[in-house]
Amino acid sequence: MDDAHRRRMEPTHHALKVPAGLALAPALTLAAFLLPVVAGVAGTLLPAFGWLPALGGHTLGLEPWLELRSAPGFATAWWTSVATGWTATLLSVVLAVAVVASVHHRPWAVRLGEWMAPLLAMPHAALAIGFAFLVLPSGWLARLVSPGLSGWALPPDVSTVGHASGWPLVAALLLKEVPYLVLMILGALGQVPARAQVLQARSMGYGAAQAWLAVVLPQVLAQIRLPVLAVLAFSLSVVDVALVLGPAHPPTLAVQAVRWFSDPDTRWVFPASAAAALLLATVAASAVGWMAIERALHAGVRRWARRGTRRDWVSKVAGVIAVIATVLAALALLAIASLALWSIATQWRWPDAWPVGWTLAHWQRQATQLAGPALATLVIGAASTLIALALVLACLEHEAQRGRSMGSRALWLLYVPLLVPQVAFLFGLQVLLVRLGADGRWPAVVWAHLVFVLPYLFVSLADPWRAFDARYARTALSLGASRWRVFWRVKLPILLRPVLLAAAVAFAVSVGLYVPTLFAGAGRVATLTTEAVTLSAGADRRVIGVWAFVQAVMPLLVYALAAGVPRWLHHSRRGWAT
Amino acid sequence: MTSPPDHGSRAALRLERVQLAVAGRTLFAPLSAVVQPGACLTVMGPSGCGKSSLLAYLAGTLDAAFSASGRVAIGDAALDGLAPERRRLGLLFQDDLLFPHLSVGGNLAFALPASVRPAQERRRRIDAVLARAGLAGFAARDPATLSGGQRARVALLRTLMAEPRALLLDEPFSRLDADLRADVRRFVFEHAREHGLPTLLVTHDAADAEAAGGEVLRLDDPRGDDAQG
Repeated sequence: MDDAHRRRMEPTHHALKVPAGLALAPALTLAAFLLPVVAGVAGTLLPAFGWLPALGGHTLGLEPWLELRSAPGFATAWWTSVATGWTATLLSVVLAVAVVASVHHRPWAVRLGEWMAPLLAMPHAALAIGFAFLVLPSGWLARLVSPGLSGWALPPDVSTVGHASGWPLVAALLLKEVPYLVLMILGALGQVPARAQVLQARSMGYGAAQAWLAVVLPQVLAQIRLPVLAVLAFSLSVVDVALVLGPAHPPTLAVQAVRWFSDPDTRWVFPASAAAALLLATVAASAVGWMAIERALHAGVRRWARRGTRRDWVSKVAGVIAVIATVLAALALLAIASLALWSIATQWRWPDAWPVGWTLAHWQRQATQLAGPALATLVIGAASTLIALALVLACLEHEAQRGRSMGSRALWLLYVPLLVPQVAFLFGLQVLLVRLGADGRWPAVVWAHLVFVLPYLFVSLADPWRAFDARYARTALSLGASRWRVFWRVKLPILLRPVLLAAAVAFAVSVGLYVPTLFAGAGRVATLTTEAVTLSAGADRRVIGVWAFVQAVMPLLVYALAAGVPRWLHHSRRGWAT
Repeated sequence: MTSPPDHGSRAALRLERVQLAVAGRTLFAPLSAVVQPGACLTVMGPSGCGKSSLLAYLAGTLDAAFSASGRVAIGDAALDGLAPERRRLGLLFQDDLLFPHLSVGGNLAFALPASVRPAQERRRRIDAVLARAGLAGFAARDPATLSGGQRARVALLRTLMAEPRALLLDEPFSRLDADLRADVRRFVFEHAREHGLPTLLVTHDAADAEAAGGEVLRLDDPRGDDAQG
């Protein structure tokens, strides 16, 4: 270790021994979320090659792959997955980059993250259902323009939801992924003197958008690699959104795999495992593909920069794309609004733009059925968030007291649960849970949620925690406070706001999880998400509206609570701005 | 840019009754000045007196929290209200802000107008400029491998490459080691004079003002309680 390095590490170093309990935290945390993934992948790969003694698979071979290949619609299903996954990812990146390139120099750009928080907290399933209510041939968008503008006396005879191309699936994915990537890019900007560099480029005659693209984007690309790969993996293997909006005959490969896994005829487990393994391979190959694209982008931007061409149209094009992104955000809000409208509509006849009348009858009728799943969602979300919070805080404290933060390799580990397709390890995990006799119970579901909640919580909390001015802690220690007391009475109160916001993010992640709930719960643990997705297959829109709206609103309420509590607690402390 | 620049086309930088205010408080008394081509005006004052904001105002990047009055022009061409990229003013800050993803030559090529073509001609121009600055053969170098003095030089060369109409310098020497500072100062002012650029330097270092050799203007606090030098 060189001198400069040592000096840099000193400020957080307390020269005290790290307590043994805390020293265990990183290992315990890693085990909590990596073991299920590793064991789950193994438990999926083995049956993919024919090995699952419990279901009569005693010989290793390629039989499941041959079955998969000859399954009706397999090639189309796989192709649909690849096409929709890649399209959604590339469009998300283009839209997010264009948004940041267009608005980064505006004074309000720093607040963009706060404005997008509600969209980020929205569960995929609720958003997908609301989006279906918008774009169905008889949906709200068609009603708003019929019959006056469109001339449609009857809902047009076209297919939207379930279209073979998968475009509604892609569009719904964009609603969530664009704000997520914008947030990640804004976060990465903190590492680069972006403002000054852009100003330098603008003084040389480059417009704001071109300056950002040529100067800042290449420096940011490497830092958003993991988030982009997470988006890619998610889009290639998403189940709930594809169930609601994707093509049906055949569905995407991930949906197909889940159907086979859940088939009463357990022989389907083998081709299902092969399909899950194929998705894993597809995600891996796609990740390599994205890194090649990233490299090509680098080279392309450098070549562009060398030529010195100042292009006014770059700002215009970026501006137009940013407007499209704004329209998407508006659609997301409309989607949620349509859930609310349907849930309180007496009758909503085609082609009326608004329901005939309003009623709370659907809410009253659903109340008793809602209570159980709503409580389950709340408890599972709260439990997984609290466990994850304890582990993450222990890890971060351990890091602070040791005076060294984890390297970039550890960050990759954190992203593992987000990079491995859910279907590729959750079945294997279920097999494991069955052997432990734990499947279908709440602790199993909480653990499965923990796998996803932990990484998000860590990523959200790590930066603010590391930015904490260690002198506060040292001052408190020098006043005679124990480290335990310093943590509870000084550090946690000062960092209360980021802690609560990270917990709200984590809770929202848990509320949104579909496949993990389905598999770890063995179909017996009903949450708002599983029920809403099931209902979306054919129930009355007013009933679906009630369920999906509750699902959408629960994380929002928690988020509002997390944002409001610190303000209320500390309204008399002006210097407290964390 | 290796050929002697055409001073005939150069025009003076004019400031007419420029005044900045933030939250209703004016930062300094109305400022009027004419900086002739090749001349340098040094604006001095303690930190917080608004000299960096003045530069941001001239560059077109003043924070929305400020309000400004007055006029700025190059010759007869008014700058007020123009986007930063339309002003064609060369900026030099404390930090050299060389783009880390581009080579030294790539940084210069980014600034060089696209009208210089083809690629061989662009490369020739860049090599020649580097050679004249004592940095021959540096085009392929990664900026991160350069010394502080070399980086400062490349930053100025890059600024000049874009063919600005005036230079705005915001304490560009304050981060340099003392023994380098005199060297880089000479390099910057010689180039500014040679290119016939009206130059505005803001600094708190009297030695900078002396080296600039032009008029020195002290920004007064309008309330008259200017304490530190």
